[in-house]
Amino acid sequence: MIRSHVLICGGTGCTSSGSLKIREAFEDHLAKQGLSEEVKVVMTGCFGLCALGPVVIVHPEGTFYSRVTPEDVEEIVSEHLLKGRVVERLVYNDTGSEEAEELAHVSLSDTAFYKTQNRVVLRNCGVIDPEDINEYIAMDGYAALGKVLTEMTPEEVIKVVTDSGLRGRGGGGFPTGRKWALCAPNKAPQKYVVCNADEGDPGAFMDRSVLEGDPHCIIEAMAIAGYAIGATQGYVYVRAEYPIAVHRLQIAIDQAREMGLLGKNIFGSGFDFDLDIRLGAGAFVCGEETALMTSIEGNRGEPRPRPPYPAVKGLYESPTVENNVETFANIPQIILKGADWFASMGTERSKGTKVFALGGKIEHTGLVEIPMGTTLRDIIYNIGGGIPGGKKFKAAQTGGPSGGCIPAKLIDTEVDYDNLTAIGCMMGSGGLIVMDEDTCMVDMAKFFLEFTVDESCGKCTPCRIGTKRLLEMLEQITSGNGTLELIDEMEKLCYYIKDNSLCGLGQTAPNPVLSTLNFFRDEYVAHVVDKKCPAGVCKSLTAIEIIADKCKGCTACSRVCPVGAISGKVKEAHVIDQTKCIKCGACMEKCKFGAIVKG
Amino acid sequence: MKSLAELQAIKEKMQNKVALREGSGEMRVVVGMATCGIAAGARPVLSTFVEEVNNADLSGKVTVSQTGCIGLCQYEPIVEVIEAGKEKITYIKMTPDKAKRVVQEHLVGGKVVAEYTFAKENA
Repeated sequence: MIRSHVLICGGTGCTSSGSLKIREAFEDHLAKQGLSEEVKVVMTGCFGLCALGPVVIVHPEGTFYSRVTPEDVEEIVSEHLLKGRVVERLVYNDTGSEEAEELAHVSLSDTAFYKTQNRVVLRNCGVIDPEDINEYIAMDGYAALGKVLTEMTPEEVIKVVTDSGLRGRGGGGFPTGRKWALCAPNKAPQKYVVCNADEGDPGAFMDRSVLEGDPHCIIEAMAIAGYAIGATQGYVYVRAEYPIAVHRLQIAIDQAREMGLLGKNIFGSGFDFDLDIRLGAGAFVCGEETALMTSIEGNRGEPRPRPPYPAVKGLYESPTVENNVETFANIPQIILKGADWFASMGTERSKGTKVFALGGKIEHTGLVEIPMGTTLRDIIYNIGGGIPGGKKFKAAQTGGPSGGCIPAKLIDTEVDYDNLTAIGCMMGSGGLIVMDEDTCMVDMAKFFLEFTVDESCGKCTPCRIGTKRLLEMLEQITSGNGTLELIDEMEKLCYYIKDNSLCGLGQTAPNPVLSTLNFFRDEYVAHVVDKKCPAGVCKSLTAIEIIADKCKGCTACSRVCPVGAISGKVKEAHVIDQTKCIKCGACMEKCKFGAIVKG
Repeated sequence: MKSLAELQAIKEKMQNKVALREGSGEMRVVVGMATCGIAAGARPVLSTFVEEVNNADLSGKVTVSQTGCIGLCQYEPIVEVIEAGKEKITYIKMTPDKAKRVVQEHLVGGKVVAEYTFAKENA
């Protein structure tokens, strides 16, 4: 019999930091100690705390080991699993309060990172083995599908989803129940359910983690959607760059078919539903719903004009419902626990929870799920552990290249769809990139523009040419050739692109520029009028100088300079030749006296 | 999958196997497995508990785990049975045979095997 479970994170983050080797090491050492029959090793999905990976949890104690190396495994096996002594040096127990940390065994749910989270979408991630359908069933899996097929009419299903207030988690925030209701009455020989797993925002990995950690919940939810709208075939469109997610989803689909949870006459109800995976080749535009369908049909991924909307004419010109991974992941819980339960979480117009991928200048890079309406301050300081190196928070970018930034002065904004839209931002799919005082906002906007210029499909002119011109203007500004008139012109171009582009990609591409112009116009002005980059990022506008009074003439800087730009005699103040300097900053790091500064 | 009953049957069968990830069960059996415990023969005691709990079909309700030295080395192997809302029972100088009896009488039957307890020895 199994008395203990060792859960090892098999998400992409921990896999790349070596969790497969840790699994092997556990199996080896457990066999050596004769514990293989008593201790089960399980690879799970993401626990969320990717910054501290690879993560290992030992149950029944629930001990959370972070940054485990294969060399640590022997000690965990011989000390913890054999003798019951927790290996304290590897335990993560940051509760945010020092007293509590002294109590050796902090429960995982008491740590600052997990305390304020509310895991609905991620409830099974890091808990079950995603490659074993039985473990999903043990956690009430497929019970919602069973309930729907045996007890509810399609209309009742749509009503529950509508009443729950669930809105699309891909970024748009369209009410999911209404989407289904628009599709259901359309008569056609074949209808489709499509899951959008083409997660393309830089820094976003929520959908990947759900597919890796709990693939069956997507299958179950898509079958429920199929029943509600009268579709018998579904497709999951997932990026080929997500090999682990694709692999686990395929295993899950095979298992579901074998058990008769996909296929003909599910639960003896007469309802048929099957599911296939379609791989995306990594074009950002294919995350746009019409481009995604065009791509599934085997054509080049380009958007098509709406209307007709997919609910009327979608995939293969048939009525189609397309939802994002995270949206689907909420569905089984809503069916089982009811619309009221779901609507009790969140704010007035944004119900439920939202998963965010925390990235950038933040201590706990990783995945968090919080009720809608949590403040940005809570997310960054309580859950995210704050900014590394005691730096000052400057802004957070949500919605990736389609979104905008939330500046420090609005850090108490309660994060939901409407509040973010009101400040010129958007929820987006859930990427949250944190920036500190060392980030130049003009440079940041330029970075996202470079991305959209690369990813514009080229079908419509405002997006294809407009974004390119916009990027050129930003380059002029960051290289010190901008004028105040240029800023005004740029703003005009932004609105032109927004109003005239065919699809969401172009319509939202100028958002990073507009929101930084709105909140950080002074930085743009500093770039064009003072010819300075306040954060010291834009190289053409930054000079590195030696303060003569502080310089001791130790020559450390001149020796480290890769281009020989620093000259001066021993024990005399040194000077940087600005024509040679490449602003790499190597001298600043080397100087022990703080004599070298960016100006 | 033809019926909800079929799904329910799989769920019940599997629930025991994942239950110990949701925190401790209703009852915990903790075996002292420090050097002193192992030297006194705690390893076969632990194995016996693991096997017998499984045989008695209690795996959903009882978790078996180990702990370090609690400072009463001369009484090892020591086994504690902890049940929510009840006083902790400490069994001392355990053997595999005694373990079988504890599973049958205490864990299944709900009756403490008083003669093996620390309280009895020191009464």
